Amino acid sequence: MEFLALLGTPLAGALALAWFGARRRAPEANAALSLATLAAAVALTVRVFGAGNLTFFHEQFFIDPFNVFLVTLTALVGFTTSMFSRPYMRVELDHGRISAGRLRLYHSMYQLFIATMLLALTTNNLGLMWVAMEAATLSTVLLVTLYRTPASLEAGWKYFILCGVGIAQALFGTILLYIAAEKVLGAEGVSALLWTHLNAVKAQLEPRVLSLAFVFLLVGYGTKVGLAPLHNWLPDAHAEGPTPISAVLSGLLLNVAIYAVVRCKILVEGSLHSPLPAQMLMGFGMLSVVLASFLLWRQRDIKRLFAYSSIEHMGIIAFAFGMGGAIANFAALLHMTVHSLTKSAIFFAAGHAAQKSGTQIMERIRGLVTVSPTVGWGLMLGSLAILGMPPFGVFASEFLILTTAMREQPWATPILLIALGVAFAAIFGRVQSMVFGETTVKRLPHTPALLPVFLHLALVLMLGLFIPPYLAEWYRAAARMIGGG
Amino acid sequence: MTAQPFVLQILNALAALLLLLSFAMLAQRRVVTLVNLLALQGAVLCAATLLLAWRTGEAHLYFSAALTLCLKVAFLPWLLHRLIRRLGVYWDTDTLLDTTGTMLVGLLVVVFAFGLAQPISALASTATRSAVGIAVAVILLAFLTMITRRKAMSQVVGFLSMENGLFFGAMSATYGMPMIVELGVALDVLVAMLVLGVFFFQIREQFDSLDLEHLQSLKEDR
Repeated sequence: MEFLALLGTPLAGALALAWFGARRRAPEANAALSLATLAAAVALTVRVFGAGNLTFFHEQFFIDPFNVFLVTLTALVGFTTSMFSRPYMRVELDHGRISAGRLRLYHSMYQLFIATMLLALTTNNLGLMWVAMEAATLSTVLLVTLYRTPASLEAGWKYFILCGVGIAQALFGTILLYIAAEKVLGAEGVSALLWTHLNAVKAQLEPRVLSLAFVFLLVGYGTKVGLAPLHNWLPDAHAEGPTPISAVLSGLLLNVAIYAVVRCKILVEGSLHSPLPAQMLMGFGMLSVVLASFLLWRQRDIKRLFAYSSIEHMGIIAFAFGMGGAIANFAALLHMTVHSLTKSAIFFAAGHAAQKSGTQIMERIRGLVTVSPTVGWGLMLGSLAILGMPPFGVFASEFLILTTAMREQPWATPILLIALGVAFAAIFGRVQSMVFGETTVKRLPHTPALLPVFLHLALVLMLGLFIPPYLAEWYRAAARMIGGG
Repeated sequence: MTAQPFVLQILNALAALLLLLSFAMLAQRRVVTLVNLLALQGAVLCAATLLLAWRTGEAHLYFSAALTLCLKVAFLPWLLHRLIRRLGVYWDTDTLLDTTGTMLVGLLVVVFAFGLAQPISALASTATRSAVGIAVAVILLAFLTMITRRKAMSQVVGFLSMENGLFFGAMSATYGMPMIVELGVALDVLVAMLVLGVFFFQIREQFDSLDLEHLQSLKEDR
């Protein structure tokens, strides 16, 4: 019941808003639908809390410790972003950057996007997971091009074609997985693509085919994660689309993509008994961290800056999953959670900052604090949190990852530390001059919704100081399941 | 090579035809012909699926063949032709490599593809496992087409050809993916093409051309 509501609400919402998405109260309807989805997610979480793992519809869908918190996180950030987008999109409409028709498209696709991500997270069928990931791209392509500027069209085209080609590789990987699985499980029914069934027999799967499959799956889903050198679409899509979309792309879609990679890694590692998948994840992760932290220095656009920061953090997460083992996996899961919350909060604040100053170029945004203390401090605190300052949750996860790296992969620790330092200097310097100093910023007709920013930051702060026992238990169970190391 | 049943020989001939069409697409510069070749490739894929369905008696393969016929032979080429007429893109003269160069690279790609397919075809339980190498080659050649072309339309044709190769690979190695997955993939391809149609008009409205040269202002240091 809860499960049907979880997937059905955003799906029905997408259909309804396709008709009514331009009405005066549509932004509120969008938020209300997202709230209903969140309620369903919470109800489902409570049920899992009591009953343990669940499966639905002949095992086509499942909830286990690895996806339960991601489902709730996705619904939560989906809801807060819809709160943020309410005044934000109204201002965009007033400024004439979008028309009423495009607002309708925006609202409908927003709900569809949330639905596809929840589908990708909860499906047990690896084929359906692929379908949902591709659908998530398709539902956001037209949102990236919402403003119809030359730059946004270019960003949308890059997003479409790069992720399309990437995801085609992932389909090939899925087919290879199916070939290997069919040998063991038989072609009868559709059980040969069900993750739980595959997980049970993973030791018997043919290793050579599976290692080939993993290469394709990692390249395919890795394109969506934004791992270097496949990251080209990410900064463009984040910078040129409307800010609420940047927030959900960065905070949620990247998480879902890395979730897909890790699901595949569990299977392949169980079959291979070799460190190949782990090494590949670590390599791609490390390259992303280093490349992104140096490219941060060249950014002038505020949303591009934080898009590159997302690449860096995805690299850290991939590296941690690559190291494997109970502690690194735990830290990676925690990092997924806090990065998602912090980064979307930053995009909310950055979106309002850009709207107030009428530009995304950082040199022209000055003195936010004097005109709007909440936006200014939101951006400042968010940046400090994402840079790994204690006592925020990012500090806790990065600290765990670094200490594990010191023990498991000593060579990587200095590289990671330097990259984090470089990123710190790049982001902190720019944010400081945007927040303080002489002001260039004007007031807006609609009061910005800053509650989501501080709600997210409060949650990140809480996770830095205290992780609720049930959450820690899920993290631990998922970390055990992911294994490796 | 040992004697094979007649049906299998036909299947292998169809597989070879698929590869030949991939090479033809690699060399073709006229966009209209490119779309026709894509439709033909879809038709060959459909014929191969039908033949395999008849031989194995698997009901879902018939369904899959029908899906291919509707989507890849009829609807998508029709849609692309319509777009070509409405947008007036007929030639893709600018390529990164000249025809001879592309063909030579294509040959190397095929050799590489057969090497890559070795472990897969060793595992495949089906009678058509020699076709797996061809499927991988079709995928990689489509990839090459996408890399060497500048016009958005040719890149899309390359993308669809890659999808053909993927389906052929799944079919020849395992008699096709589970039905629900195949349906989902077909739906995604369909929606992708519709999104693309909208997208082309947006690009055209903005730049008066479908040349991807215009889409190169976003650089790393912007």
